Amino acid sequence: MIKIAQLSCGTEYSSVQYEIEKAARSVGAKIVYPDVSAADINKAVERFGFRPHSSQLKLMIARAIQLADGNFDADAVFITTCFRCAEAALVRNELRRFIQENTNLPVVTYSFTERMKASQLLTRMEALVTIVTRKELLARERQAGLTAGLDSGSSTTKAVVMLDNRIIGKSWTPSHDVVESATQVLNEALAEAGYEYKDLEAIGTTGYGRFTLGNHFSDKVKLVQEELTVNSKGAVWLADRQKGEATIIDIGGMDNKAITIRDGIPDNFTMGGVCAGASGRFLEMTSRRLKIDVTQLGALAEKGDWRNAKMNSYCSVFGIQDLVTTLGEGKSFEDVAAAACHSVAEQVYEQQLQEIDVRHPVIEVGGTSLISGLVKAVGEVLGEKPIVPENSQFIGAVGGALLSSGFL
Amino acid sequence: MKVFIDPPNSMILFDLVERFGHEPLSTMAALQERVDNLEVDMPPMNVTLDDVVRGLKYAGIEVPSGVRGRLAVWGPLIEEADAAIIVDDAPFGFGCVGCERSELMVKYLIRRRGIPALRLQYPETEEDGIEFVAKVKGFLEGLQ
Repeated sequence: MIKIAQLSCGTEYSSVQYEIEKAARSVGAKIVYPDVSAADINKAVERFGFRPHSSQLKLMIARAIQLADGNFDADAVFITTCFRCAEAALVRNELRRFIQENTNLPVVTYSFTERMKASQLLTRMEALVTIVTRKELLARERQAGLTAGLDSGSSTTKAVVMLDNRIIGKSWTPSHDVVESATQVLNEALAEAGYEYKDLEAIGTTGYGRFTLGNHFSDKVKLVQEELTVNSKGAVWLADRQKGEATIIDIGGMDNKAITIRDGIPDNFTMGGVCAGASGRFLEMTSRRLKIDVTQLGALAEKGDWRNAKMNSYCSVFGIQDLVTTLGEGKSFEDVAAAACHSVAEQVYEQQLQEIDVRHPVIEVGGTSLISGLVKAVGEVLGEKPIVPENSQFIGAVGGALLSSGFL
Repeated sequence: MKVFIDPPNSMILFDLVERFGHEPLSTMAALQERVDNLEVDMPPMNVTLDDVVRGLKYAGIEVPSGVRGRLAVWGPLIEEADAAIIVDDAPFGFGCVGCERSELMVKYLIRRRGIPALRLQYPETEEDGIEFVAKVKGFLEGLQ
């Protein structure tokens, strides 16, 4: 059983400890707590150099030191504290850095509210377990045989057919019924590739509908895996960055992910969800308001200047209200489109990229990477132009096809 | 009389209050109630979502959930208390609330109630320890 060491403050008084343990159990892992004696705590805090007032944060530090010194056996680390606690947020981030500098353990951080449920943690816990248990599979750099990848995302469903490390068929459609959407894109990708379903040697599924698709195509599916690790494999394959370090930014239709990788294997990630303001959904809403197709938004935004149409809110609802007001003031569509792209980029930067140490190069992927105005905005916010590989919207499907070939 | 102890999980304070004939109001008792309630299944502390929401009585929604959850446990005890004993700067082994913000609020809630309260510094030497117990004894014996 995979042991995930929990470093936390406030979980037991926020009614979420049970949910954390439930999420870990559901992916075959167990939550463990590094043993610490009361006498070690003050020494640990002195050694760490950051002296929080809250004693539970001191305990977190002492537990992290036990892990760093190899005194406690764990496979991964989960660092979590209350949302909105400034003291805890400082400790959480510095401990994440400390663990990464002093161990090889994969780490994920999370700030919770009392409403957090196990399902919100599932993808993160699954990714931690995948990184630990499937290191050899994740090290795979070449696709072999005839395989397909299915990415059942919140906005779109994508399929890719690969043969001996080449993409020979691909298709996507807006997501409706999970199975119907996937069947449609798989058939279209197979038709383009010139093969039939029966010819496939393996399928890998990922995205929100991965389990449903895993059951439906059970005769071919060899891999059902969360999108954090699958997408990062797809991204490094598409960008041809299998060696060395990189940061992957994946702004999806409903959430966004920032993943740091070393030699193609993720070692830290952060995932934002819930808020549409930091996702492709906000750009879709903007496009609707501008009465253009979302595919036209990027080019429009590139011509505009976000500074001319400032937005005061990151919330998708109030953000759209800002845009309406700005349009009412007679600002150009170009400036409004640029402001929307800038808002999403800035929000991803402020909420996600602060939780990881950005490594270079930055690879931007996912459906929104086709919106050139957003790529430009991400580049402006980061001070570095991201790499957008060809077929960047197919990362999940490519990752699925690549990794499932490891089972042949 | 009912005496709230702070840190609320201090076994030593609990024992002293009981030894001098009063009823200690502590974390242990509050959580025991939750453990005994078969309707509740939220280990390990059995603090539920409803508790955290009830904590809004003491702190607003912008306050972290861990603070509101703690205040939901201790707030009612402070409201019920006739007196309180507060020990400042206690080490881990003596008892602690884990969160500095919650601790600040607990002390303030006691003060706001205006009940008799004894506030002591944690003793560092044997002499201080003897004096500490003597003060607690005197305070508890003085409660009507």
